[in-house]
Amino acid sequence: MIEIRNILVTRNNRPVLDVAALDIKHGETLAIVGPNGSGKSTLLLALAYLLPTARGDILFNGKPLKQWGELEYRRKISFVFQSPLLLDMTVEQNIALGLTFRGMSKEETHERAGRRIKQLGIESLSKRRASQLSGGEAQRVSLARALVLDPELLLLDEPFAALDPPTRKNLIGELSALLAEDQRMAVFVTHNLNEAAKLSQRIAVIIDGRVRQVGTAMQIKSEPADETVRAFLQDLSQ
Amino acid sequence: MLFDSEVFQITLLSLQVSATATLISLLIGLPLGTWLALGSFRGRSFILSIINTGMALPPVVVGLVVAMMLWRSGPLGDLHLIYTPVAIIMAQTIIAAPVVTGLTAAALEALDPHLRQQLLGLGASHLQTIWYLWREARLPLLAALMSGFGSVISEVGASMMVGGNIRGQTRVLTTAIVLETSKGEFGTALALSTLLLVLTYLINLALTWIQQRGQKR
Repeated sequence: MIEIRNILVTRNNRPVLDVAALDIKHGETLAIVGPNGSGKSTLLLALAYLLPTARGDILFNGKPLKQWGELEYRRKISFVFQSPLLLDMTVEQNIALGLTFRGMSKEETHERAGRRIKQLGIESLSKRRASQLSGGEAQRVSLARALVLDPELLLLDEPFAALDPPTRKNLIGELSALLAEDQRMAVFVTHNLNEAAKLSQRIAVIIDGRVRQVGTAMQIKSEPADETVRAFLQDLSQ
Repeated sequence: MLFDSEVFQITLLSLQVSATATLISLLIGLPLGTWLALGSFRGRSFILSIINTGMALPPVVVGLVVAMMLWRSGPLGDLHLIYTPVAIIMAQTIIAAPVVTGLTAAALEALDPHLRQQLLGLGASHLQTIWYLWREARLPLLAALMSGFGSVISEVGASMMVGGNIRGQTRVLTTAIVLETSKGEFGTALALSTLLLVLTYLINLALTWIQQRGQKR
């Protein structure tokens, strides 16, 4: 479980994220929506311990991140960015990367990577070099690379934003099924409320670095918490 | 008149001195360039500007400074290194290190800024992260190595000033070319120049082959 308690994140001495309280439960996917520059990605980076907090705590399984060793904590999570960020190696080697970092044996790495490759239907790509993949294929590999680690927390920063609508729809469907099957705790950042509704049980709306509302898509649409949320929803519908 | 064995000795010394200086520059420049590319600290831009200026250091100025340091009355005079191959290596390292450092920093800065976060986010340790960033930037890093070597194998001013062009001890190809030209032995100077060019070409050909092979994979 993740518990965010009164955190402040600053950049160049300016506050960019100020969250009083937000929890993510075991097996839950929480979507974060909000306009550009609202602090969504900053929250994800803070959750990955990739950005320091100037105040407050993030607790993972009841223990503040500061008390977890940086590496120990990061090896319990996994991060997928908007850009696939694959390395110049084969698909199989890319997928095995996190396992290699953890010093896993070749046999186990091969076995685990093979299982995820099959699950995501990318067997035909496994020997190809990452540079030869299409955008959709590369993002699928990026997802497999994160999922192969069986992370306790999966962080997804607009992973489908750069894809064409049909590929996007397919991948969202597949990811939704995988998250439900694995009962994995995940945080999914998106601009799109419909995508958020498909993938998550709850949605947090972040505007100007603050959480304005947490609820289901239905609740947020029918009862916006304040004018900023209402204005954001109007912008989305235009 | 230069005999075959003397030419061989001069060529070998040129390669030994420049290769050693390039290797030391790599040992300094790779970590320093990485630190400058990945670090965020006060004074980073200033240090980078100094390194970038150092990339255009005139060898003769480096030779002068190193000669003053190693001169009998200089701060390192007791080491008795002036007019030795070690002195040439020291001067050439000062010439090549900023080149390797600056190009290493530029190579790593050219990578996607999220790549480092992605590697950390997949559970890489800091050392693993740096290793994989080097791996991703291996082609421009090889270019940095080639530039570092190129800057020292071809320089003459520093080698002349701190090496003294002593026959059988500190004479390298470039200083031998200067000497033969001053004696009016243009044929020998031309032959040595051709040898230097061919050597430089062969070394760069090998490195370019490695670089291109990496690109095609």
